[in-house]
Amino acid sequence: MSRPKVAFFDFTSCEGCQLTVVDTLQTHPELLDAVEIVQFREAMTEKGEDYQIAFVEGSCARKSDEERLARIRQQAQIVVALGACAHLGGINAIRNRLPLEAVVNCVYNENGDWSETHPYGRPRLSDRLINVEPTAKPIEAIITVDAILPGCPIDREEFARVTRQLLQGSQPRVPDYPLCVECKFKENVCLFQRGQVCLGPVIRAGCGAICPTYGESCEGCRGPISNPNMDSMQSVLAEAGLTADDLLSRFSMFGTYQMMKLE
Amino acid sequence: MSKVQLEVHYLTRVEGHGNIVIDAADGELKRCELQVVETPRFFEAMLRGRPYTEASHITSRICGICSVGHATTSLQATEAALGVIPSEQTQLLRKLNFLGEVLDSHILHIYMLVAPDFVGTGSVFPLAKSHPHVVLRALRMKKLAGDLCAVIGGRHTHPITMCVGGFTHLPGNRELEEIRARLEAMREDVTATVELFKSLTFPPFERVTEYVALRKPDEYTFIGGTITSTDKFELPVSDYREVTNEYLSPHSTAKHTRHHRDSYMVGALARFNVNYDRLHPRAQEAASALGLKPTCANPYLNSAAQVVEIVHCAEEAIALIDALLKRGIEPEAPKRVEVHAGEGVGACEAPRGTLYHHYRVGDDGRITGANCIIPTGQNLANIEADMRALVPTILNRPQDEISLGLEMLVRAYDPCISCATHMLDVRFE
Repeated sequence: MSRPKVAFFDFTSCEGCQLTVVDTLQTHPELLDAVEIVQFREAMTEKGEDYQIAFVEGSCARKSDEERLARIRQQAQIVVALGACAHLGGINAIRNRLPLEAVVNCVYNENGDWSETHPYGRPRLSDRLINVEPTAKPIEAIITVDAILPGCPIDREEFARVTRQLLQGSQPRVPDYPLCVECKFKENVCLFQRGQVCLGPVIRAGCGAICPTYGESCEGCRGPISNPNMDSMQSVLAEAGLTADDLLSRFSMFGTYQMMKLE
Repeated sequence: MSKVQLEVHYLTRVEGHGNIVIDAADGELKRCELQVVETPRFFEAMLRGRPYTEASHITSRICGICSVGHATTSLQATEAALGVIPSEQTQLLRKLNFLGEVLDSHILHIYMLVAPDFVGTGSVFPLAKSHPHVVLRALRMKKLAGDLCAVIGGRHTHPITMCVGGFTHLPGNRELEEIRARLEAMREDVTATVELFKSLTFPPFERVTEYVALRKPDEYTFIGGTITSTDKFELPVSDYREVTNEYLSPHSTAKHTRHHRDSYMVGALARFNVNYDRLHPRAQEAASALGLKPTCANPYLNSAAQVVEIVHCAEEAIALIDALLKRGIEPEAPKRVEVHAGEGVGACEAPRGTLYHHYRVGDDGRITGANCIIPTGQNLANIEADMRALVPTILNRPQDEISLGLEMLVRAYDPCISCATHMLDVRFE
């Protein structure tokens, strides 16, 4: 039997998840033997268009991204959202709150308070080149996604496990219970008791509660669980003297797209 | 062949994706552009309104390979704005983490992305069969660099523990001792790396330009210093805009920069040229073994300068761990921050060159303005200038040689990992 052909694609992202894949392959060389990688721009020049499994990193931010995603969907039997940008929209969606013109001006300085010294005047960058949509989206907003690998970046062991499950023909499962479960197993001191806003009670576990374990409250990069206990969340917040706004402010780092959808 | 048109598709990751366009007829170069068509991500806009505590966590997501560089530079800018001076221990740990990332990034670049060019393969994967000991060595070294970052940052990509005023979690003595032992054992691999790159012949192209890097009186600096150039300029980092002079180029979503010449170069070769005298003696030895002398004007040798920095960083990391173990890790909390309005600039030597973050913070501790200047952006104009000088000298060569020459040139600048491979989809007419 021939090995399944796998391709990696990147859209708007930092490409840290693909790097995590490269790192994972160092410790799980058996995965390299089980598949044939036909496209992985970060690591190889060759480019094959015949593949069964597509791992997609990054958010959809341009019209042309939508077309490219549709082509990937058409070719691949299985599409996996690789990391928070693809899964949630993530950090890229923070800008969705602002009008596109303001966002563009902020960086390309039509109003120009950061680059008044530049020598060639202020050539306007063509709209064709910038060409972004007002909303950075998760890929699920454009195409059907068969499996997710949450996180910013993805968790190495979860990548290895999900890939094995895909190769075995089973539907990969990632946890759908709160991060607090894993955090308790780690015997971490609850960060609410230190007066910090932590998203653990409403965010999907699976990272081993890595941020609270290293003293930083959960940033929500793995996205919300499907059935959060909001009553309990509110009492936790009240006990800590915090408000729902504090929680939402934290949540907006990775969850702006989801928040705006609910509004 | 009187007409050469190269269409380079998907250069990627100079903040992402780009194209190279070369158009020449009868030996005359009409057009020579490094088009950057990457989707802009608008980090400067994203930061506005966010609490200062989030800035380093958000900006580390600019780049998966130099997230420690962004986080460190971001913290410096925030701390400058809020008047926070981190403890000596914090500074030592940040340095150590930084060295880990430079090692990781350079090892990845020279072995996985540059080396395949010299054996004529499209990726490192075939080398695993043809040169297994080389690939295994690269993986071993890279794993150690990543593990070093994880011991300090909690995670290799996007550090968790680094925060304004210090760390939320500190490494244990035993973790540092274990990394130290592995770094010592790695010396053999480092020597083998120098030997390998000594045996390679780099293209002999030279073009003198201005080399810019941070410099400190007492060390080969990666975090902070004075902006220094081979054209004898010295400026405090707060005056960075006098050097960078960012401008928009109509064919690039990444902004370009220029100082007093049309372009300048940052990165390993620039650091080598500016700070040769600050290198560890073993790194200087490696440089002579590789035939590298300051001021070196061959951009292809940026890869060789990265090899020299691997030697330096490995030695420096051992020395830093010794210094940390001698002091003993103090269980200290991050410095307290008095929130007030302020403005500050941070500058570091990220693996690909000088990185600047500049923030304004409001009374409420929220970011009101931000500017980030990325090394690759600073190199774009210089890469184009190199291409303009190089292309006429190689126009009479076979087409695949021209492509490879250009591909290797852009790759030598290490313009953020992903662009380095699959740089050129070349079309000849």
